[in-house]
Amino acid sequence: MSRRKTERLLNLVVCLLATRRYLTAEQIRRAVPGYPDSDEAFKRMFERDKEELRELGVPLEVGSDQQGGGGEEIGYRIPPQAYELPDIHLTPDEAAVLGLAARVWQRASMAEAASGALLKLRAAGVDTDVPTAVGIEPRVNTGDPAFPALWEAVRDRRPVAFDYQGIGRTQVARRHLEPWGVVSRRGRWYVVGHDRDRGESRVFRLSRITGEVVPDGPADSVTVPADVDVRRIAFDRGDPVAEPRPAQVLLRAGAAQGPRRWAREVRPAAGDGWAGWDEAVLTFRDVDRFAPYLARFADDVVVLDPPDLREAVIQQLKAVLAGSDR
Amino acid sequence: MNETSDAVKATKAQAKTQAKPQGKPAGKAAATTSTDRLGRLLALVPYVVSRDAVALDEAAAAFGVTEKQLIDDLNLLWCVELRAPDPYCPIDLSYEGGEITVTEAESIARPLRLKVDEASALLVALRMLAGIPDLQDRDALSRVIAKLETAAGAAASQVSSQVTVEVDAGGDTVGRLRQAIGAGRRVHLTYYVPARDENTERDVDPMRLLVVEGNTYLEGWCRRAEAVRLFRLDRVTALEVLDAAAEVPAGAEPIDVDAGLFRPSEHDVRVSFELTPQGRWVADHYPCESVEELGEGRLRIVLRTPDTRWVRGLALRLGDQGRITAPADLAEGVRADAARALARYETAGRAAHPGGPDDPNVPAGTRREGR
Repeated sequence: MSRRKTERLLNLVVCLLATRRYLTAEQIRRAVPGYPDSDEAFKRMFERDKEELRELGVPLEVGSDQQGGGGEEIGYRIPPQAYELPDIHLTPDEAAVLGLAARVWQRASMAEAASGALLKLRAAGVDTDVPTAVGIEPRVNTGDPAFPALWEAVRDRRPVAFDYQGIGRTQVARRHLEPWGVVSRRGRWYVVGHDRDRGESRVFRLSRITGEVVPDGPADSVTVPADVDVRRIAFDRGDPVAEPRPAQVLLRAGAAQGPRRWAREVRPAAGDGWAGWDEAVLTFRDVDRFAPYLARFADDVVVLDPPDLREAVIQQLKAVLAGSDR
Repeated sequence: MNETSDAVKATKAQAKTQAKPQGKPAGKAAATTSTDRLGRLLALVPYVVSRDAVALDEAAAAFGVTEKQLIDDLNLLWCVELRAPDPYCPIDLSYEGGEITVTEAESIARPLRLKVDEASALLVALRMLAGIPDLQDRDALSRVIAKLETAAGAAASQVSSQVTVEVDAGGDTVGRLRQAIGAGRRVHLTYYVPARDENTERDVDPMRLLVVEGNTYLEGWCRRAEAVRLFRLDRVTALEVLDAAAEVPAGAEPIDVDAGLFRPSEHDVRVSFELTPQGRWVADHYPCESVEELGEGRLRIVLRTPDTRWVRGLALRLGDQGRITAPADLAEGVRADAARALARYETAGRAAHPGGPDDPNVPAGTRREGR
């Protein structure tokens, strides 16, 4: 970091805030110390400085004082009403929840943005170091490498392209998306938008995006449909959920604590040779999810009924045995 | 420009010019960009102005810098000067006696507007907090969201609504624990440990509730472990709020959850899995020490664990979606688990299940079944 540069930029901000008239580049060069003598070098440096101020969020206005006529040189100014944070007064309980909100983000982009905001609010006189009565502290991780680029794309309404490795796919596929929003559930991030390849709305999990997310069109070229609810698109799978079914199982006494947490009608098993076992009823919906869950308990759980669940568990266990010889 | 800029100011401007460059740049400042620092400088003046006077150490803490860096910032602000049309110094301040006062701040007396990113980061987080059930501070949340939206403008309000974080704080247990924390009471937990498929009983002195990576945790002093522990609320089988007062030892440090919940230890076992394209979810789900693409969507991952029991469970859950490749004895153990379980199915007929010999030994022929 160059102190000289910071000083020059600071001078530039103060100068452009203090003026009502537009100042031409030449007037700025005379007023602000630190610019080089060479015209070419000044031009380059001034361009970079303007860019830096815009990145910082300083509203740099370009225009001219003469109305019409043409030929007049354009100038610059920073309108104070566009620069200044409007008055904001928070009661202690409001400031407390704001402080809690700023601590939510765990990493990188959003955490920096939140602390930047907090700094400005403190500068406006808000005292954010107040303990809160919420009693619960949420933390959100935006550690997925794709997060910052997708957030910027959503913010700037810009289409993106990325490689995506879907579960069960043998190849990554190039996808082209007009992003509408990003959502998080149970600690996992998803991006929702209009998939240009499929011509439909689609959901992508950020952890399955491989490589970089790159811009794929100009800013402000994405229109989010007015009635769209990204959360609903992301999480309402639309698949009819199977009706819950009972499963009759044997659980080894003193074991299979997991299934026992929600087992019904637990009683000692009836058959000969099953001393030390309990019979119980479990409820499930989806065989493909439930069979692997039960297989996890190895020989502490035996499924008696229904036949499709029993068969699925047997196949699952056989696959584990067979796995060694693949 | 101010017409009253007079000879006194011109002299001061000259003095300032001559005084430069002053001091050496602080070593740590090299890590921050000049835009970061400019942002801090523009916030520093209004920070002091809005408080009339601020102690140096207090301001340094608020801005997360050392006092030395802060003084360097103040010197830099004091040096601001404009040369045309007249030499003119718009900022005047002092930090004599360790107390900062700003006597002239002019155009930068107010902080800069929030950027869309900045306002959104707070708005998204505030709306997420508002999603927590049974919140006492819900009122304050709505008010602060409204105030922030007004201050930040329509763009931030719109964009921030396109980012949503759901927080599933998990029902009745949360409410009872929140009350217990508020009342300073000890609790008794029946806590399920999936890795060992075991229910444990423990008394815990609650410290706080956290939501990390989508799960809600109680952090507390576990009297059984005599250490600070995190308990995932969806694994609390039973909760009893005791009459005894919570006694969290003075030295009990909260766990730094921002550093990640997974703590590798030197005693961990490294377990290698090969996953099919269908089994890739494991890499999403668990912290992996390494993830390697094997082509055609297959992955090799290495997990570290202090307790291999849950890894055996994972291998059984995976079925044909993946298998353990190392260590060999663990892979063998998983196959033995599967073989024993299959032997049970041979003896336990459907519907009627009499006569199954209660013999855990695996018949020799079972091992290659399923080929």
